[in-house]
Amino acid sequence: MSAARVAPLSASAEPAGRTSVLPPWWRLYPSRIVTFWLVELRKIRHDRTELYTRAVQPVLWLVIFGETFSRIRAIPTPPGVTYLAYLAPGIMAQSALFIAIFFGIQIIWERDSGILTKLMATPTPRVALISGKAFAAGVRAVSQVVVILALSALLRIDIGWNPLHLLGAALMVVLGAAFFSCLSMTIAGLVLHRERLMGIGQAITMPLFFASNALYPVKVMPGWLQVVSAVNPMSYEVDGLRAMLIGTPSALWLDFGVLAAAVVAGIAAAALVLPRLAR
Amino acid sequence: MAAEPAVPVACSELTVSFGAVRAVDGVSFHLASGEVYGLLGPNGAGKTTTIRVLTTLIPAGSGRAAVFGHDVRREAMVVRHLIGYLPQQLSTDFALSGYENVWLFARLFDLPRRDREPRVREVLESMGLDDVRDRLAGTYSGGMIRRLELAQALVNRPALLILDEPTIGLDPLARSSVWEKVQELRRETGMTVLLTTHYMEEADVLCDRIALMHHGRFLAEGTPTSLKAALGPGTSLDDVFRHHVGAAIDDEEATPQGGRDVRRTRRTAQRLG
Repeated sequence: MSAARVAPLSASAEPAGRTSVLPPWWRLYPSRIVTFWLVELRKIRHDRTELYTRAVQPVLWLVIFGETFSRIRAIPTPPGVTYLAYLAPGIMAQSALFIAIFFGIQIIWERDSGILTKLMATPTPRVALISGKAFAAGVRAVSQVVVILALSALLRIDIGWNPLHLLGAALMVVLGAAFFSCLSMTIAGLVLHRERLMGIGQAITMPLFFASNALYPVKVMPGWLQVVSAVNPMSYEVDGLRAMLIGTPSALWLDFGVLAAAVVAGIAAAALVLPRLAR
Repeated sequence: MAAEPAVPVACSELTVSFGAVRAVDGVSFHLASGEVYGLLGPNGAGKTTTIRVLTTLIPAGSGRAAVFGHDVRREAMVVRHLIGYLPQQLSTDFALSGYENVWLFARLFDLPRRDREPRVREVLESMGLDDVRDRLAGTYSGGMIRRLELAQALVNRPALLILDEPTIGLDPLARSSVWEKVQELRRETGMTVLLTTHYMEEADVLCDRIALMHHGRFLAEGTPTSLKAALGPGTSLDDVFRHHVGAAIDDEEATPQGGRDVRRTRRTAQRLG
Protein backbone atom coordinates (compact mmCIF):
# COMPACT_ATOMS: atom_id res chain seq x y z
CA MET A 1 0.00 0.00 0.00
CA SER A 2 2.56 2.54 -1.01
CA ALA A 3 1.47 6.08 -1.51
CA ALA A 4 3.11 6.15 -4.94
CA ARG A 5 0.45 4.15 -6.78
CA VAL A 6 -2.41 6.09 -5.30
CA ALA A 7 -4.29 7.96 -7.94
CA PRO A 8 -4.28 11.67 -7.28
CA LEU A 9 -7.52 12.94 -5.82
CA SER A 10 -7.42 16.58 -6.65
CA ALA A 11 -10.05 17.79 -4.29
CA SER A 12 -9.59 21.37 -3.30
CA ALA A 13 -10.08 22.54 0.23
CA GLU A 14 -12.66 25.02 -0.96
CA PRO A 15 -15.96 24.22 -2.62
CA ALA A 16 -14.75 25.96 -5.77
CA GLY A 17 -13.66 23.94 -8.79
CA ARG A 18 -16.01 21.06 -8.16
CA THR A 19 -17.15 18.85 -10.97
CA SER A 20 -20.67 18.04 -9.88
CA VAL A 21 -23.46 20.49 -9.28
CA LEU A 22 -26.86 20.10 -7.73
CA PRO A 23 -29.34 19.64 -10.58
CA PRO A 24 -32.70 21.41 -10.64
CA TRP A 25 -35.49 19.48 -8.90
CA TRP A 26 -37.13 18.34 -12.12
CA ARG A 27 -33.93 16.54 -13.05
CA LEU A 28 -32.99 15.48 -9.54
CA TYR A 29 -36.17 13.58 -8.66
CA PRO A 30 -36.32 11.38 -11.78
CA SER A 31 -32.56 10.81 -11.51
CA ARG A 32 -32.89 9.54 -7.92
CA ILE A 33 -35.80 7.27 -8.80
CA VAL A 34 -33.86 5.77 -11.69
CA THR A 35 -30.86 5.29 -9.39
CA PHE A 36 -32.78 3.27 -6.81
CA TRP A 37 -34.45 1.40 -9.60
CA LEU A 38 -31.12 0.41 -11.13
CA VAL A 39 -29.79 -0.59 -7.73
CA GLU A 40 -32.80 -2.85 -7.22
CA LEU A 41 -32.21 -4.48 -10.61
CA ARG A 42 -28.58 -5.11 -9.66
CA LYS A 43 -29.65 -6.69 -6.40
CA ILE A 44 -32.12 -8.93 -8.18
CA ARG A 45 -29.38 -9.93 -10.58
CA HIS A 46 -27.01 -10.82 -7.74
CA ASP A 47 -29.54 -12.87 -5.84
CA ARG A 48 -32.38 -14.46 -7.73
CA THR A 49 -33.63 -16.70 -4.92
CA GLU A 50 -36.38 -14.27 -3.98
CA LEU A 51 -37.66 -14.32 -7.55
CA TYR A 52 -37.99 -18.08 -7.43
CA THR A 53 -39.44 -18.41 -3.95
CA ARG A 54 -41.90 -15.60 -4.62
CA ALA A 55 -43.18 -17.53 -7.62
CA VAL A 56 -44.39 -20.38 -5.44
CA GLN A 57 -47.39 -18.64 -3.90
CA PRO A 58 -49.09 -17.49 -7.11
CA VAL A 59 -48.66 -21.02 -8.46
CA LEU A 60 -50.46 -22.42 -5.42
CA TRP A 61 -53.25 -19.86 -5.64
CA LEU A 62 -53.87 -20.42 -9.31
CA VAL A 63 -53.27 -24.16 -9.55
CA ILE A 64 -54.88 -25.33 -6.29
CA PHE A 65 -57.30 -22.62 -5.16
CA GLY A 66 -58.19 -21.52 -8.68
CA GLU A 67 -58.69 -24.97 -10.15
CA THR A 68 -60.76 -26.11 -7.17
CA PHE A 69 -63.02 -23.07 -7.10
CA SER A 70 -63.47 -23.36 -10.87
CA ARG A 71 -65.00 -26.76 -10.22
CA ILE A 72 -67.26 -25.60 -7.41
CA ARG A 73 -68.54 -22.70 -9.51
CA ALA A 74 -69.32 -20.89 -6.27
CA ILE A 75 -68.10 -17.52 -7.42
CA PRO A 76 -70.03 -15.67 -10.10
CA THR A 77 -67.83 -14.38 -12.90
CA PRO A 78 -68.72 -12.06 -15.77
CA PRO A 79 -70.23 -13.88 -18.75
CA GLY A 80 -67.69 -15.74 -20.85
CA VAL A 81 -64.90 -15.43 -18.27
CA THR A 82 -63.61 -18.54 -16.53
CA TYR A 83 -62.85 -18.30 -12.82
CA LEU A 84 -59.14 -18.88 -13.48
CA ALA A 85 -59.03 -15.93 -15.86
CA TYR A 86 -60.98 -13.89 -13.32
CA LEU A 87 -58.57 -14.91 -10.56
CA ALA A 88 -55.26 -14.35 -12.40
CA PRO A 89 -55.30 -10.49 -12.20
CA GLY A 90 -56.31 -10.74 -8.54
CA ILE A 91 -53.36 -12.96 -7.76
CA MET A 92 -51.10 -10.62 -9.72
CA ALA A 93 -52.11 -7.75 -7.44
CA GLN A 94 -51.90 -9.95 -4.36
CA SER A 95 -48.37 -11.15 -4.98
CA ALA A 96 -47.24 -7.60 -5.64
CA LEU A 97 -48.86 -6.62 -2.34
CA PHE A 98 -46.98 -9.34 -0.50
CA ILE A 99 -43.66 -8.12 -1.88
CA ALA A 100 -44.37 -4.46 -1.20
CA ILE A 101 -45.74 -4.80 2.32
CA PHE A 102 -42.39 -6.03 3.59
CA PHE A 103 -40.39 -3.17 2.09
CA GLY A 104 -40.61 -1.41 5.42
CA ILE A 105 -38.50 -4.21 6.85
CA GLN A 106 -35.82 -3.40 4.31
CA ILE A 107 -35.80 0.25 5.36
CA ILE A 108 -35.54 -0.72 9.03
CA TRP A 109 -32.69 -3.03 8.17
CA GLU A 110 -31.01 -0.22 6.27
CA ARG A 111 -31.54 2.00 9.27
CA ASP A 112 -30.02 -0.51 11.69
CA SER A 113 -27.03 -1.05 9.43
CA GLY A 114 -26.41 2.68 8.92
CA ILE A 115 -27.09 2.60 5.19
CA LEU A 116 -30.13 4.83 5.55
CA THR A 117 -28.19 7.46 7.51
CA LYS A 118 -25.61 7.57 4.79
CA LEU A 119 -28.21 7.85 2.04
CA MET A 120 -29.92 10.66 3.92
CA ALA A 121 -26.65 12.55 4.19
CA THR A 122 -26.39 12.61 0.38
CA PRO A 123 -28.13 15.36 -1.60
CA THR A 124 -31.31 13.30 -1.82
CA PRO A 125 -34.50 14.92 -0.58
CA ARG A 126 -36.65 12.68 1.65
CA VAL A 127 -39.41 12.56 -0.93
CA ALA A 128 -36.95 11.48 -3.63
CA LEU A 129 -35.53 8.77 -1.37
CA ILE A 130 -38.98 7.38 -0.59
CA SER A 131 -40.08 7.59 -4.22
CA GLY A 132 -36.94 5.75 -5.23
CA LYS A 133 -37.62 2.97 -2.75
CA ALA A 134 -41.30 2.81 -3.71
CA PHE A 135 -40.56 2.35 -7.38
CA ALA A 136 -37.85 -0.15 -6.52
CA ALA A 137 -40.65 -2.18 -4.94
CA GLY A 138 -42.45 -1.74 -8.26
CA VAL A 139 -39.51 -3.28 -10.09
CA ARG A 140 -39.65 -6.36 -7.92
CA ALA A 141 -43.41 -6.55 -8.34
CA VAL A 142 -43.12 -6.53 -12.11
CA SER A 143 -41.23 -9.80 -11.83
CA GLN A 144 -44.47 -11.23 -10.41
CA VAL A 145 -46.38 -9.99 -13.45
CA VAL A 146 -44.00 -11.96 -15.61
CA VAL A 147 -44.41 -15.07 -13.46
CA ILE A 148 -48.20 -14.94 -13.58
CA LEU A 149 -48.29 -14.24 -17.29
CA ALA A 150 -46.03 -17.22 -17.88
CA LEU A 151 -48.21 -19.34 -15.64
CA SER A 152 -51.32 -18.17 -17.45
CA ALA A 153 -49.82 -19.21 -20.76
CA LEU A 154 -48.90 -22.58 -19.28
CA LEU A 155 -52.36 -23.21 -17.81
CA ARG A 156 -53.98 -21.85 -20.99
CA ILE A 157 -55.82 -19.24 -19.00
CA ASP A 158 -57.75 -17.03 -21.36
CA ILE A 159 -56.24 -13.57 -20.90
CA GLY A 160 -55.71 -10.97 -23.59
CA TRP A 161 -52.17 -10.66 -24.89
CA ASN A 162 -52.38 -7.15 -26.31
CA PRO A 163 -48.89 -5.73 -25.59
CA LEU A 164 -50.33 -2.32 -24.78
CA HIS A 165 -52.64 -3.88 -22.23
CA LEU A 166 -49.81 -5.89 -20.74
CA LEU A 167 -47.80 -2.70 -20.38
CA GLY A 168 -50.74 -1.03 -18.73
CA ALA A 169 -51.07 -3.97 -16.36
CA ALA A 170 -47.39 -3.71 -15.44
CA LEU A 171 -47.84 0.00 -14.73
CA MET A 172 -50.85 -0.77 -12.57
CA VAL A 173 -48.85 -3.29 -10.56
CA VAL A 174 -45.96 -0.82 -10.19
CA LEU A 175 -48.34 1.79 -8.80
CA GLY A 176 -49.92 -0.74 -6.47
CA ALA A 177 -46.55 -1.94 -5.18
CA ALA A 178 -45.37 1.66 -4.79
CA PHE A 179 -48.40 2.48 -2.65
CA PHE A 180 -48.19 -0.58 -0.43
CA SER A 181 -44.44 -0.19 0.05
CA CYS A 182 -45.07 3.40 1.17
CA LEU A 183 -47.71 2.14 3.57
CA SER A 184 -45.17 -0.31 4.91
CA MET A 185 -42.39 2.30 5.15
CA THR A 186 -44.77 4.68 6.93
CA ILE A 187 -45.55 2.02 9.51
CA ALA A 188 -41.81 1.32 9.75
CA GLY A 189 -41.22 4.99 10.53
CA LEU A 190 -43.84 4.84 13.26
CA VAL A 191 -42.96 1.55 14.97
CA LEU A 192 -39.17 1.66 14.31
CA HIS A 193 -38.66 -2.05 15.12
CA ARG A 194 -38.50 -4.95 12.76
CA GLU A 195 -40.43 -7.35 14.98
CA ARG A 196 -43.35 -4.99 15.43
CA LEU A 197 -43.43 -4.26 11.73
CA MET A 198 -43.45 -7.97 10.93
CA GLY A 199 -46.46 -8.40 13.18
CA ILE A 200 -48.33 -5.48 11.69
CA GLY A 201 -47.38 -6.56 8.18
CA GLN A 202 -48.81 -10.01 8.81
CA ALA A 203 -51.90 -8.51 10.38
CA ILE A 204 -52.78 -6.17 7.52
CA THR A 205 -51.87 -8.08 4.36
CA MET A 206 -54.65 -10.65 4.60
CA PRO A 207 -57.39 -8.09 5.36
CA LEU A 208 -56.16 -5.94 2.47
CA PHE A 209 -56.35 -9.00 0.25
CA PHE A 210 -59.68 -10.40 1.41
CA ALA A 211 -61.38 -7.01 1.65
CA SER A 212 -60.80 -6.51 -2.05
CA ASN A 213 -62.20 -7.92 -5.26
CA ALA A 214 -59.10 -10.08 -5.81
CA LEU A 215 -60.86 -13.40 -5.21
CA TYR A 216 -64.53 -12.57 -5.67
CA PRO A 217 -66.63 -9.75 -7.10
CA VAL A 218 -67.61 -6.91 -4.79
CA LYS A 219 -71.31 -7.60 -5.25
CA VAL A 220 -71.19 -10.94 -3.38
CA MET A 221 -69.66 -9.24 -0.32
CA PRO A 222 -71.73 -8.22 2.71
CA GLY A 223 -72.51 -4.51 2.76
CA TRP A 224 -69.93 -3.47 5.31
CA LEU A 225 -67.20 -5.28 3.41
CA GLN A 226 -68.22 -3.53 0.21
CA VAL A 227 -67.55 -0.25 2.00
CA VAL A 228 -64.09 -1.43 3.05
CA SER A 229 -63.41 -2.65 -0.44
CA ALA A 230 -64.38 0.74 -1.87
CA VAL A 231 -61.62 2.48 0.10
CA ASN A 232 -59.07 -0.28 -0.45
CA PRO A 233 -56.61 0.72 -3.21
CA MET A 234 -56.14 -2.99 -3.86
CA SER A 235 -59.66 -3.18 -5.33
CA TYR A 236 -58.88 -0.44 -7.83
CA GLU A 237 -55.66 -2.17 -8.78
CA VAL A 238 -57.44 -5.47 -9.41
CA ASP A 239 -60.27 -3.73 -11.24
CA GLY A 240 -57.81 -2.04 -13.59
CA LEU A 241 -55.85 -5.25 -14.12
CA ARG A 242 -59.02 -7.14 -15.02
CA ALA A 243 -60.02 -4.43 -17.45
CA MET A 244 -56.74 -4.75 -19.27
CA LEU A 245 -56.11 -8.49 -19.04
CA ILE A 246 -59.56 -10.01 -19.45
CA GLY A 247 -61.51 -7.03 -20.74
CA THR A 248 -64.12 -6.76 -18.00
CA PRO A 249 -65.96 -3.46 -17.99
CA SER A 250 -64.46 -1.08 -15.42
CA ALA A 251 -63.67 2.53 -14.75
CA LEU A 252 -60.06 2.31 -15.87
CA TRP A 253 -59.27 5.99 -15.48
CA LEU A 254 -60.78 6.04 -12.04
CA ASP A 255 -58.63 3.02 -11.17
CA PHE A 256 -55.46 4.72 -12.36
CA GLY A 257 -56.49 7.99 -10.74
CA VAL A 258 -57.18 6.45 -7.34
CA LEU A 259 -53.93 4.50 -7.39
CA ALA A 260 -51.85 7.49 -8.49
CA ALA A 261 -53.41 9.62 -5.76
CA ALA A 262 -52.78 6.85 -3.23
CA VAL A 263 -49.11 6.71 -4.29
CA VAL A 264 -48.71 10.46 -3.88
CA ALA A 265 -50.32 10.34 -0.44
CA GLY A 266 -48.22 7.31 0.52
CA ILE A 267 -44.96 8.96 -0.52
CA ALA A 268 -45.87 12.09 1.41
CA ALA A 269 -46.73 10.11 4.55
CA ALA A 270 -43.57 7.98 4.41
CA ALA A 271 -41.36 11.01 3.74
CA LEU A 272 -42.93 12.72 6.73
CA VAL A 273 -41.98 9.96 9.17
CA LEU A 274 -38.60 9.21 7.55
CA PRO A 275 -36.62 11.60 9.80
CA ARG A 276 -37.73 9.45 12.75
CA LEU A 277 -35.63 6.68 11.28
CA ALA A 278 -32.57 8.93 11.05
CA ARG A 279 -32.12 9.68 14.72
CA MET B 1 -21.11 36.09 9.58
CA ALA B 2 -21.31 36.35 5.81
CA ALA B 3 -18.40 38.77 5.60
CA GLU B 4 -15.96 36.28 7.13
CA PRO B 5 -14.28 33.76 4.88
CA ALA B 6 -16.28 30.54 5.04
CA VAL B 7 -14.50 28.05 7.26
CA PRO B 8 -15.20 24.32 6.70
CA VAL B 9 -17.11 24.01 9.96
CA ALA B 10 -18.38 26.68 12.32
CA CYS B 11 -20.52 25.80 15.33
CA SER B 12 -21.63 28.27 17.95
CA GLU B 13 -23.46 27.42 21.14
CA LEU B 14 -24.74 24.20 19.60
CA THR B 15 -27.22 22.36 21.80
CA VAL B 16 -29.10 19.14 21.09
CA SER B 17 -31.41 17.45 23.57
CA PHE B 18 -33.03 14.03 23.51
CA GLY B 19 -35.81 14.25 26.04
CA ALA B 20 -34.20 15.25 29.30
CA VAL B 21 -30.69 14.37 28.12
CA ARG B 22 -28.54 17.15 26.74
CA ALA B 23 -26.45 15.22 24.26
CA VAL B 24 -24.66 18.34 23.07
CA ASP B 25 -24.58 21.23 25.50
CA GLY B 26 -23.50 24.60 24.14
CA VAL B 27 -20.57 23.59 21.99
CA SER B 28 -18.66 26.15 19.92
CA PHE B 29 -15.77 25.33 17.62
CA HIS B 30 -14.52 25.84 14.11
CA LEU B 31 -12.30 23.99 11.69
CA ALA B 32 -9.54 25.65 9.68
CA SER B 33 -9.20 24.78 6.04
CA GLY B 34 -7.13 21.65 5.47
CA GLU B 35 -6.80 20.53 9.06
CA VAL B 36 -7.69 17.19 10.61
CA TYR B 37 -9.82 17.86 13.67
CA GLY B 38 -10.71 15.16 16.14
CA LEU B 39 -13.62 15.00 18.53
CA LEU B 40 -12.44 12.79 21.33
CA GLY B 41 -14.42 11.38 24.17
CA PRO B 42 -16.06 8.37 25.80
CA ASN B 43 -19.27 6.74 24.57
CA GLY B 44 -22.16 9.13 24.92
CA ALA B 45 -19.99 12.26 25.05
CA GLY B 46 -22.00 13.83 22.23
CA LYS B 47 -19.51 13.32 19.40
CA THR B 48 -21.87 11.44 17.09
CA THR B 49 -24.73 13.81 17.84
CA THR B 50 -22.54 16.76 16.84
CA ILE B 51 -21.69 14.96 13.62
CA ARG B 52 -25.35 14.21 12.94
CA VAL B 53 -26.17 17.89 13.16
CA LEU B 54 -23.33 18.75 10.78
CA THR B 55 -24.43 16.07 8.29
CA THR B 56 -27.97 17.58 8.36
CA LEU B 57 -29.45 14.37 9.80
CA ILE B 58 -30.90 15.90 12.95
CA PRO B 59 -31.84 19.48 13.80
CA ALA B 60 -29.97 21.42 16.43
CA GLY B 61 -32.04 22.40 19.43
CA SER B 62 -30.40 25.80 19.56
CA GLY B 63 -27.23 27.49 18.39
CA ARG B 64 -26.02 27.36 14.85
CA ALA B 65 -23.88 25.15 12.69
CA ALA B 66 -22.56 25.96 9.24
CA VAL B 67 -20.46 24.11 6.69
CA PHE B 68 -18.49 26.42 4.41
CA GLY B 69 -20.81 29.18 5.50
CA HIS B 70 -23.96 27.26 4.61
CA ASP B 71 -26.42 26.75 7.42
CA VAL B 72 -26.96 23.02 7.97
CA ARG B 73 -30.69 23.51 8.41
CA ARG B 74 -31.67 26.05 5.79
CA GLU B 75 -29.20 24.92 3.13
CA ALA B 76 -29.14 21.22 3.90
CA MET B 77 -28.92 20.15 0.24
CA VAL B 78 -25.89 22.38 -0.40
CA VAL B 79 -24.19 21.11 2.75
CA ARG B 80 -24.83 17.48 1.82
CA HIS B 81 -23.30 18.14 -1.55
CA LEU B 82 -20.09 19.39 0.05
CA ILE B 83 -19.46 16.62 2.55
CA GLY B 84 -18.35 13.03 2.46
CA TYR B 85 -19.65 11.09 5.43
CA LEU B 86 -18.62 7.82 6.96
CA PRO B 87 -21.02 6.79 9.72
CA GLN B 88 -20.06 4.80 12.77
CA GLN B 89 -21.70 1.63 11.54
CA LEU B 90 -20.46 -0.45 8.64
CA SER B 91 -22.93 0.81 6.14
CA THR B 92 -22.16 -0.70 2.78
CA ASP B 93 -24.86 -2.66 1.05
CA PHE B 94 -23.74 -6.27 1.24
CA ALA B 95 -26.04 -7.25 -1.62
CA LEU B 96 -24.10 -5.04 -4.05
CA SER B 97 -20.56 -5.35 -5.35
CA GLY B 98 -17.85 -2.95 -4.23
CA TYR B 99 -18.06 -1.15 -7.55
CA GLU B 100 -21.85 -0.83 -7.38
CA ASN B 101 -21.69 0.52 -3.84
CA VAL B 102 -19.47 3.38 -4.97
CA TRP B 103 -21.34 3.84 -8.24
CA LEU B 104 -24.56 4.36 -6.26
CA PHE B 105 -22.97 7.29 -4.46
CA ALA B 106 -21.52 8.67 -7.69
CA ARG B 107 -25.11 8.85 -8.94
CA LEU B 108 -26.51 10.26 -5.71
CA PHE B 109 -23.94 13.06 -5.91
CA ASP B 110 -24.91 13.81 -9.50
CA LEU B 111 -21.52 13.20 -11.04
CA PRO B 112 -21.81 13.77 -14.78
CA ARG B 113 -22.24 10.52 -16.64
CA ARG B 114 -18.87 10.67 -18.41
CA ASP B 115 -17.03 11.20 -15.11
CA ARG B 116 -18.81 8.48 -13.21
CA GLU B 117 -16.96 5.36 -14.23
CA PRO B 118 -13.44 6.83 -14.21
CA ARG B 119 -14.06 8.43 -10.85
CA VAL B 120 -15.47 5.27 -9.28
CA ARG B 121 -12.44 3.35 -10.50
CA GLU B 122 -10.10 6.07 -9.32
CA VAL B 123 -11.37 6.04 -5.73
CA LEU B 124 -11.53 2.25 -5.63
CA GLU B 125 -7.95 2.11 -6.82
CA SER B 126 -6.79 4.71 -4.32
CA MET B 127 -8.37 2.62 -1.56
CA GLY B 128 -6.64 -0.51 -2.84
CA LEU B 129 -9.89 -2.23 -3.79
CA ASP B 130 -9.42 -2.38 -7.53
CA ASP B 131 -8.89 -6.15 -7.63
CA VAL B 132 -12.01 -6.96 -5.65
CA ARG B 133 -14.38 -4.37 -7.07
CA ASP B 134 -16.70 -6.92 -8.66
CA ARG B 135 -17.06 -9.06 -5.55
CA LEU B 136 -20.11 -8.60 -3.34
CA ALA B 137 -19.29 -6.27 -0.45
CA GLY B 138 -20.61 -8.98 1.88
CA THR B 139 -17.49 -11.01 1.15
CA TYR B 140 -15.11 -8.18 2.19
CA SER B 141 -13.10 -8.13 5.40
CA GLY B 142 -13.77 -5.41 7.97
CA GLY B 143 -10.85 -3.27 6.86
CA MET B 144 -11.86 -3.62 3.20
CA ILE B 145 -15.43 -2.56 4.00
CA ARG B 146 -14.17 0.50 5.82
CA ARG B 147 -11.97 1.41 2.87
CA LEU B 148 -14.91 0.82 0.53
CA GLU B 149 -16.91 3.25 2.63
CA LEU B 150 -14.09 5.77 2.39
CA ALA B 151 -14.26 5.32 -1.38
CA GLN B 152 -18.00 6.01 -1.24
CA ALA B 153 -17.44 9.13 0.85
CA LEU B 154 -14.70 10.37 -1.48
CA VAL B 155 -16.33 9.77 -4.85
CA ASN B 156 -17.73 13.31 -4.85
CA ARG B 157 -14.34 14.81 -3.94
CA PRO B 158 -15.88 16.34 -0.85
CA ALA B 159 -14.53 19.61 0.50
CA LEU B 160 -15.08 18.25 4.00
CA LEU B 161 -14.72 14.63 5.01
CA ILE B 162 -16.59 13.57 8.15
CA LEU B 163 -15.52 10.30 9.75
CA ASP B 164 -17.49 8.98 12.70
CA GLU B 165 -15.37 6.41 14.56
CA PRO B 166 -13.62 5.31 11.36
CA THR B 167 -11.83 2.38 12.94
CA ILE B 168 -14.36 1.13 15.46
CA GLY B 169 -14.50 -2.66 15.68
CA LEU B 170 -11.53 -3.16 13.36
CA ASP B 171 -8.56 -5.35 14.16
CA PRO B 172 -5.20 -3.52 14.60
CA LEU B 173 -4.05 -4.34 11.08
CA ALA B 174 -7.22 -3.04 9.46
CA ARG B 175 -7.13 -0.03 11.73
CA SER B 176 -3.67 0.97 10.62
CA SER B 177 -4.66 0.51 6.99
CA VAL B 178 -7.51 2.99 7.48
CA TRP B 179 -5.13 5.41 9.20
CA GLU B 180 -2.73 5.11 6.30
CA LYS B 181 -5.48 5.97 3.84
CA VAL B 182 -6.61 9.00 5.80
CA GLN B 183 -3.05 10.26 6.03
CA GLU B 184 -2.46 9.68 2.32
CA LEU B 185 -5.59 11.65 1.59
CA ARG B 186 -4.54 14.67 3.52
CA ARG B 187 -1.03 14.53 2.10
CA GLU B 188 -2.34 14.50 -1.42
CA THR B 189 -5.49 16.58 -1.27
CA GLY B 190 -5.25 18.82 1.74
CA MET B 191 -8.85 17.93 2.41
CA THR B 192 -10.38 19.09 5.67
CA VAL B 193 -11.27 16.15 7.91
CA LEU B 194 -13.50 16.05 10.96
CA LEU B 195 -13.34 12.75 12.83
CA THR B 196 -14.55 11.30 16.08
CA THR B 197 -12.78 8.60 17.98
CA HIS B 198 -12.36 7.22 21.44
CA TYR B 199 -8.95 5.79 20.68
CA MET B 200 -6.37 8.20 22.09
CA GLU B 201 -3.66 6.77 19.91
CA GLU B 202 -5.72 7.38 16.81
CA ALA B 203 -6.26 11.01 17.70
CA ASP B 204 -2.57 11.45 18.42
CA VAL B 205 -1.50 9.98 15.09
CA LEU B 206 -4.11 11.56 12.84
CA CYS B 207 -5.24 14.90 14.20
CA ASP B 208 -3.82 18.41 13.96
CA ARG B 209 -6.16 19.56 16.67
CA ILE B 210 -8.42 17.71 19.04
CA ALA B 211 -11.27 18.57 21.33
CA LEU B 212 -11.97 16.51 24.44
CA MET B 213 -15.69 16.05 24.77
CA HIS B 214 -17.61 14.84 27.80
CA HIS B 215 -21.29 15.07 28.73
CA GLY B 216 -21.94 17.14 25.63
CA ARG B 217 -19.33 19.76 26.50
CA PHE B 218 -15.82 20.60 25.39
CA LEU B 219 -13.35 20.12 28.24
CA ALA B 220 -10.21 21.06 26.33
CA GLU B 221 -9.17 21.92 22.81
CA GLY B 222 -5.76 22.17 21.19
CA THR B 223 -3.02 20.31 19.36
CA PRO B 224 -2.16 16.91 20.83
CA THR B 225 1.31 18.27 21.62
CA SER B 226 0.07 21.34 23.47
CA LEU B 227 -2.49 19.34 25.46
CA LYS B 228 0.20 16.89 26.51
CA ALA B 229 2.75 19.61 27.26
CA ALA B 230 0.28 21.35 29.56
CA LEU B 231 0.44 18.38 31.91
CA GLY B 232 4.21 18.22 31.94
CA PRO B 233 6.81 16.07 30.18
CA GLY B 234 6.24 12.42 29.45
CA THR B 235 2.46 12.53 29.44
CA SER B 236 0.46 10.63 26.87
CA LEU B 237 -2.88 11.63 25.43
CA ASP B 238 -4.35 8.96 27.67
CA ASP B 239 -3.13 10.94 30.69
CA VAL B 240 -4.59 14.12 29.27
CA PHE B 241 -7.89 12.37 28.81
CA ARG B 242 -7.89 10.97 32.31
CA HIS B 243 -6.91 14.32 33.73
CA HIS B 244 -9.83 16.13 32.11
CA VAL B 245 -12.51 13.52 32.24
CA GLY B 246 -11.55 11.90 35.52
CA ALA B 247 -13.52 9.22 37.25
CA ALA B 248 -16.85 10.36 35.80
CA ILE B 249 -16.29 7.98 32.93
CA ASP B 250 -17.73 5.06 34.90
CA ASP B 251 -21.20 6.59 34.92
CA GLU B 252 -21.25 6.96 31.18
CA GLU B 253 -22.75 3.62 30.25
CA ALA B 254 -25.82 4.41 32.31
CA THR B 255 -26.92 7.32 30.11
CA PRO B 256 -29.32 6.47 27.31
CA GLN B 257 -26.92 7.90 24.73
CA GLY B 258 -24.10 5.75 26.02
CA GLY B 259 -26.24 2.64 25.85
CA ARG B 260 -27.13 3.39 22.27
CA ASP B 261 -23.52 3.92 21.35
CA VAL B 262 -22.55 0.61 22.84
CA ARG B 263 -25.35 -1.17 21.00
CA ARG B 264 -24.26 0.42 17.77
CA THR B 265 -20.68 -0.64 18.33
CA ARG B 266 -21.74 -4.21 19.05
CA ARG B 267 -23.84 -4.26 15.92
CA THR B 268 -20.87 -3.11 13.89
CA ALA B 269 -18.74 -5.80 15.45
CA GLN B 270 -21.41 -8.37 14.63
CA ARG B 271 -21.53 -7.33 11.00
CA LEU B 272 -17.79 -7.74 10.87
CA GLY B 273 -18.21 -11.34 12.01
